[in-house]
Amino acid sequence: MANQNIRKWVKKNLFNSWYNSLLTVVCIWLLISVITNIINWIFNQAQWSVIQANLSLFLVGRYPAELYWRLWLVLAIILSLSLVSWAIFTQRLSSRFNTFLPIAWALSFPVVLWLIGGGVGLQPVDTNLWNGLLLTLVTAVISIVLSFPLGVLLALGRQSKLFVIKNFSILYIEIVRGLPLIGILFLAQVMLPLFLPIEFRLDRVLRGIAGLTLFSAAYLAENVRGGLQSIPQGQYEAAKALALNTPLMMLLIILPQALRAVIPALVGQFIGLFKDTSLLSIVGLLELTGISRSILAQPQFLNRYAEVYLFVGLLYWVFCYAMSLASRRLEKQLGIGKR
Amino acid sequence: MTPIWYNRKFWAIVIQLGAVFIAVAIALQLWINLTDNLQRLGIQLGFDFLNSQASFDISETPVAYQASDPYRRALLVGLLNSLRVIIFGIIFATVVGITVGIARLSDNWLVRKLALIYVEILRNTPLLLQLFFWYFAIFLSLPKSANTNSFLGLIQVTNRGIILPFGVQFSPELSTLALGLTLYTGAFIAEIIRAGILSVPKGQWEAAKALGFKSGLVLRLVIFPQALRLIVPPLTSQYLNLAKNSSLAIAIGYPDIYFVASTTFNQTGRAVEVMLLIMITYLTISLVISFMMNLLNQIVQLKER
Repeated sequence: MANQNIRKWVKKNLFNSWYNSLLTVVCIWLLISVITNIINWIFNQAQWSVIQANLSLFLVGRYPAELYWRLWLVLAIILSLSLVSWAIFTQRLSSRFNTFLPIAWALSFPVVLWLIGGGVGLQPVDTNLWNGLLLTLVTAVISIVLSFPLGVLLALGRQSKLFVIKNFSILYIEIVRGLPLIGILFLAQVMLPLFLPIEFRLDRVLRGIAGLTLFSAAYLAENVRGGLQSIPQGQYEAAKALALNTPLMMLLIILPQALRAVIPALVGQFIGLFKDTSLLSIVGLLELTGISRSILAQPQFLNRYAEVYLFVGLLYWVFCYAMSLASRRLEKQLGIGKR
Repeated sequence: MTPIWYNRKFWAIVIQLGAVFIAVAIALQLWINLTDNLQRLGIQLGFDFLNSQASFDISETPVAYQASDPYRRALLVGLLNSLRVIIFGIIFATVVGITVGIARLSDNWLVRKLALIYVEILRNTPLLLQLFFWYFAIFLSLPKSANTNSFLGLIQVTNRGIILPFGVQFSPELSTLALGLTLYTGAFIAEIIRAGILSVPKGQWEAAKALGFKSGLVLRLVIFPQALRLIVPPLTSQYLNLAKNSSLAIAIGYPDIYFVASTTFNQTGRAVEVMLLIMITYLTISLVISFMMNLLNQIVQLKER
């Protein structure tokens, strides 16, 4: 019986016409030749010692080993918060906790930064020592958090009826979106110090974050604008009928609905920003891509390009793919486009 | 008479004047800082450096160039290199995107899954990393002689680049960049094409099939022209991304406009002027692409009769 079903399925999905049969055969041949080659390479030719020897460099860079407990603590905080959030979203936990959740996340942010960076009672760790995946995650998260208010303000500015505000916003958004990110990072690394007074010096990581934030805000503004435009005119009129003034109307009525509608786009943007942090390696920061390049520059790991880049690529992939899965899940849960 | 502060127009003007005032104050402060810093570094503002001798070599020159030429010539070479890779990239990425987008909807299970794997791998890793991989792990580890890697004896892939018949040769840098941009952007375009095709109501397929068209013809004559309406706007932003991403050339040493401008900055220290040149170049390229795609958009939009 099962045998017959399999046969039926194969005939329907792989061999339902002569050209599909041909395609299937070609694909199988290609798959077999590629997979055998890859397996052969992984087990016989590749030398994975470069990954084993440098694993801690890839993950946290030169962060002092005796302070790793702080990073474990950070991981524990984030994992437990994520678990609680997930439980609430999938309605395994009562939505009474809904109000505490954003507050808990907001509070965890400075705590996490304090644990990583030290100061105020903890031994400080210089940002030069935050490398690898740690730096990638820190820059991506800080940049998206900082660009959020900026992006929302720009989106509101672009929708504004005030001529000057509107055109300032448009000018900023369009110039930034017209430039390659690497140009903006160059701007932040080289030009920012020129535009600031001499006694005011930002360190390299902060300049990188500034560049990513300025860049991300322009794209975020366009996403939020999409959300704002999806709000029916009646909502504005209803809010005005309740005698709300413009800031209150935006804060209480329009923005909550607009932001809810663009959550998938925002997650997509975060994934993009996460990938874009790799460009920081071009301006000399040792995040995941940068640390790989400096590992590859060591003479004993010469020509281990394929191993290192595949491993690092897998790390990026796991994070991006997990986020896009979570976003799809969230989209369903929120019922976007259905209400 | 109501007092003036009850008047909405009054506040609109006050707020806008305030915004202008703040913007001007910030700009002025930045300008003062800039001139201070430049004076301290002994750099003057101005574009006269463009006429001095560049004295660096460029590995790929579509027009005649030597190290004794001025900076403006070097930048022109860089611009042409950029345009070359952008045009290659857009053409190939569109072809790959349409092919994979249609494959994602194929009734062949294997083809569908392979296309999905391609899209999910390429979209979820950074382009820069992909470029490093193609360049260092693939291109530079290829054999020198072409015997082992020729495709039908026509296209030869070696560590010196891709060699077509009649002696047309592409450097490994150009090949890597074009390949990387094509495969990365192609994955995004595939999803756009797929969404576009899915947006066409099923009745259109059934109606076209009822008229006796084969499925290839249905796609080409009935479905695709309708799907284009939804495809063109996001496709435009993918083309713009591709153009901007071409600046990653600097990571693998392809002498595009950004690379040449960056070398110019390293030699002259003219950060402000070089940044302005980069901005103007990319904004112009973006505007040209947007303009052409807007024309296309007007052609494919629904025409009410």
